[in-house]
Amino acid sequence: MSSGTLWAVVVVGSLGCYLLKLAGLSVPAAWVERPWVTRVVTFVPAALLAALVAVQTLASGQGLVVDGRLAGLAVAALALALRAPFIVVLTLAGATGALVHVLTT
Amino acid sequence: MSRSVRAAVLRDAIGLGVAVGLYGVAFGAAADAAGLDPWQALAMSLLMFTGASQFALVGVLGAGGSGPAAIGSALLLGTRNTVYGVRLAPLLAPRGLLRRLGLAQWVIDETTALAVAAPDRGLARLGFLAGGATIYAVWNATTLVGALGAAALGETAQAALDAVVPAAFLALLWPRLRAGAEELAVARRVALGGAAVALALTPFVPAGVQVVAAVVAVALAGRPRPEQREAAA
Repeated sequence: MSSGTLWAVVVVGSLGCYLLKLAGLSVPAAWVERPWVTRVVTFVPAALLAALVAVQTLASGQGLVVDGRLAGLAVAALALALRAPFIVVLTLAGATGALVHVLTT
Repeated sequence: MSRSVRAAVLRDAIGLGVAVGLYGVAFGAAADAAGLDPWQALAMSLLMFTGASQFALVGVLGAGGSGPAAIGSALLLGTRNTVYGVRLAPLLAPRGLLRRLGLAQWVIDETTALAVAAPDRGLARLGFLAGGATIYAVWNATTLVGALGAAALGETAQAALDAVVPAAFLALLWPRLRAGAEELAVARRVALGGAAVALALTPFVPAGVQVVAAVVAVALAGRPRPEQREAAA
C-alpha cells in the first residue's frame, strides 16, 4: 500500500471515528438509548476484539499458521489471569515470540 | 466542592493517563509493524484518538487487509463512543458548537468512566477534562516513542513484536470476559463466536474482511432482557 493510500486510510478512518463521537454529543438521547442499540454496541467490542486476537495469532495471509505468536498468546493469557500489569503481559508475550523464533530458525 | 475530592478526581485522571501511556508505546510499535511511518502513527493518535479502533485499523492493515476493511473495523469499534457521548452530554452540557466539537474528540472509554464515576456534575466535568488532557498528551507522546523505537528493531525483535500485537488485543478484551463483567456468559459466547467466524472465513475472504464479518457474532447475545427494556423506557 502506497504512503498516499495509507494517509487516506488514516484520515478517513479518523474522521469517521470523530463523527461517531460527535454524534453521541449531538443527537437526541432517545435515538441511541433503545435497548437493542445499546445491546449491540455493548457486545460489538467482544466479537471484534476476539476476532482480532484469533486473526493476529493464527492468520498468515489467507492461511492459518501455528508459530511463536500462539505461544506468546498463551503466556499472555496466563499473565492476565494472574493479574500481571499490561507492560509485563506484553513483555512476556514478546519474549516468548522471540524465543520461539530463535529456536525454530 | 471539597479539595480532597477534587484531588482524588485529578489523581485518578493522571493515573489513567500514565496507564494508557504503555498502550501508546504498543500502538506505535504495532503501527510500525503494519507499515505505517511514525507520522502516520502519530496522526492516528492525534486525530482518531480511540485506542481499540486504532489497534484494529493497523491490525487489519498489518494482516494484509484492504483500506476499507481496516476503516470498517475501526468504525465498528468506534460506535461505542457514540453511546458514551449520549451518556456524557447531560454531564458536560457543552454550550456552543465550538466547545462541543472540541469536547467530542475526548469521548473515549476512560474519560467516560471518569465522568460517570464522579459524584456531581462539576467533578464529572473536571474528571473528563483532566483525564482527556492527560491521556491525550501521554497517548500521543508514547505513540511516537513506540513508532520510532520499533522502526529501529531487527528481525528477532520483529518476531517479538508479532507476538506482542495479539497479546495487546487480548489485554483489551480481557476486562470484558473477566469475572464481574456485565453479562459475563453472554460476552464470552459472543467473543468465542467472533473468533470462530473470523478463523472460519480467513481462507475464503480477503484479509481483514473476516474481522469486520465477525460482528455477526453479536447476534449470539440475543434480545435485550425485559428489565433492560424497563430501565430504558
